[in-house]
Amino acid sequence: MRPSGALVGVAPFFVYTTVFLLIPTIVVVVGAFADGSGRPTLDNVAALGGANSSFLPALQHSVVLSLVTALAGAVIGAVLAYAVSTARPDGLLKRFITSLCGVLAQFGGVALAFAFMATFSIQGFLTVWLNSLGLDTGSSIWLYQWDKGLMLVYLYFQIPLMLIVFLPAVEGIKPQWREATETLGGTTWTYWTKVAGPILLPSFIGATLLLFTNAFSAYATAAALISQASPIVPLQIAGTFTSEVILGQENVGKAMALAMVVVVALVMWVYAALDKRASRWLVR
Amino acid sequence: MRSTSIRYAALSVAALAAVGIAACSPPPSSTSTSTTAAGGGVNAAKATSLADFGGMDGLVAAAKKEGALNVIALPPDWANYGEAIKGFTAKYGIPITSDQPDGSSADEISTAQRLKGQSKAPDVFDLGSAVAMANTGMFAPYQVATWKDIPDNAKDPKGVWVYDYAGYMSVGYDSAKVPAPTALADLLKAEYKGKVALNGDPTKAGAAFAGVQMVSIGQGGTAADIAKGVDFFKSLKDAGNFLPLDPNEASVLSGQTPVVIDWAYNNAPLTKKLPTWKTWIPDNAVLAGYYIQAINADAPHPAAARLWQEYLYSDEGQNIWLKGAAFPVRYDAMKAAGKIDAAAQAALPAVNGKVVIPTTADNDAAKAYLAANWTKAVG
Repeated sequence: MRPSGALVGVAPFFVYTTVFLLIPTIVVVVGAFADGSGRPTLDNVAALGGANSSFLPALQHSVVLSLVTALAGAVIGAVLAYAVSTARPDGLLKRFITSLCGVLAQFGGVALAFAFMATFSIQGFLTVWLNSLGLDTGSSIWLYQWDKGLMLVYLYFQIPLMLIVFLPAVEGIKPQWREATETLGGTTWTYWTKVAGPILLPSFIGATLLLFTNAFSAYATAAALISQASPIVPLQIAGTFTSEVILGQENVGKAMALAMVVVVALVMWVYAALDKRASRWLVR
Repeated sequence: MRSTSIRYAALSVAALAAVGIAACSPPPSSTSTSTTAAGGGVNAAKATSLADFGGMDGLVAAAKKEGALNVIALPPDWANYGEAIKGFTAKYGIPITSDQPDGSSADEISTAQRLKGQSKAPDVFDLGSAVAMANTGMFAPYQVATWKDIPDNAKDPKGVWVYDYAGYMSVGYDSAKVPAPTALADLLKAEYKGKVALNGDPTKAGAAFAGVQMVSIGQGGTAADIAKGVDFFKSLKDAGNFLPLDPNEASVLSGQTPVVIDWAYNNAPLTKKLPTWKTWIPDNAVLAGYYIQAINADAPHPAAARLWQEYLYSDEGQNIWLKGAAFPVRYDAMKAAGKIDAAAQAALPAVNGKVVIPTTADNDAAKAYLAANWTKAVG
């Protein structure tokens, strides 16, 4: 009876992935290659690459935004994670930081966008306060631009997320390894480049790529902050579905979603290749 | 002087609207699956006028029996819809569920399709013309009691859709925060740095689209050739004056959006809440646009939907729109009969200059240019 018992156990998982992953993917792929009346066509995909298409610049913006916030978030988050790992394991500081990051990592979306507006926009309390001191902070328009405000806002949830996912890896480092390195005459530099670095690298790359896809697919934060020109792909896709001016673009939106799937697939492929190389020394 | 130009405009909006609409052939009508017999053996979903209910009392009774009305994408600060919703509930005791108040016309249609057959589906639509004409198969024909007052070219002959109100594109500004603009080019000056907002992204929102057309006309372009309008917004952005925020009542009252390009019926009513808020229709750029009213053929509350239409097209409902600076479709007939709310009329923003009403061809040309150039200009 063992096999059927196992099947019962995984059935909810299969149902879940079918409903939330498989079916949406099929809808996207089929829709991307269908016209308004369901006949197969390549027009939707071709429309993405047209000379006047706003999709390619948006894709470029999305990749740059995700890459910058993933790398900056990963480096800052990793340093913070190391700092936290050196604190006393049951100390107040460590428990406070990890629970705070647990909250902040999920604090994306509309609430975060409004928190930034309430602070930095033209009527934000910081702007008003600085103005009352005689400091002119300018127009606050930077907050609504993808390469300034949006990057800053994304970092606000990227750094805590990195801390949370990277902390277990850092805590896995044993003090004995460092002692062994020093006993054998190694310096701090040799310890980090030859011992701790290679051990942490696969986790670091994995966490960075998680941050990349996290930023790449984020929608609500950007939608609440930016209402003009749809500079990133998720906003472009939303535009094709909700526009009351340019109609019949739904399947072009699905083609854009397909392009996002391709980008994420490429990222995962790169990750698999790097992980294979980086984990040569590790016994799993 | 003001009333004549307004009157002329209201008439010509109706006349030219029909030119654009006649060019579109409606898609085939879908068969309604609703079989609700709401009251007194009347099939409300098939009713095409008050006569089918045996008069107003029959319709009110049938609507009260349904006991609910779902509206969608009606912001309370848009064309005074907040007052209309409250007024309807106060008068008939039927509560209204107002779903997705900030939704677009496209959202109205997609929600109706998604919730088809469910009690939460929208009963009535208020749509931009492009979306309305592409979906006429989803509407139920109905002729309100005041049908004869509506100009023939502002309605479908069977009442599948009816033109509801028109408006002028305007610039709203807070006179306590910025100097009064006298020409559109003033908005490029340093006094307006980071202060000029457009109601939405013109590639998505009809109001913003009309805003770019208006600016284009003011800059020497036309409603079809909007390159000059897009260039203006690019200059506005380069000057650091273009605020890429989606303005609404809250952002205006809090001072986040001191200058807003939007329909006059959205800008003018804000003066009640913010006395320094002024509505200005640029002299050399008078652009008018209209919206369309229709009943969902699969409305979960077919009688209440029809009662809502009767309410909106009654003298009371039409004056509610007028109080919000939207020109109701029965404006001329009501003026002739002396039923127009004089105070509301006196409060309307001044209109000077030639009124432009874009045709479908104008809009199509403008859309093609916008799709290719807007993101590049302001992105």
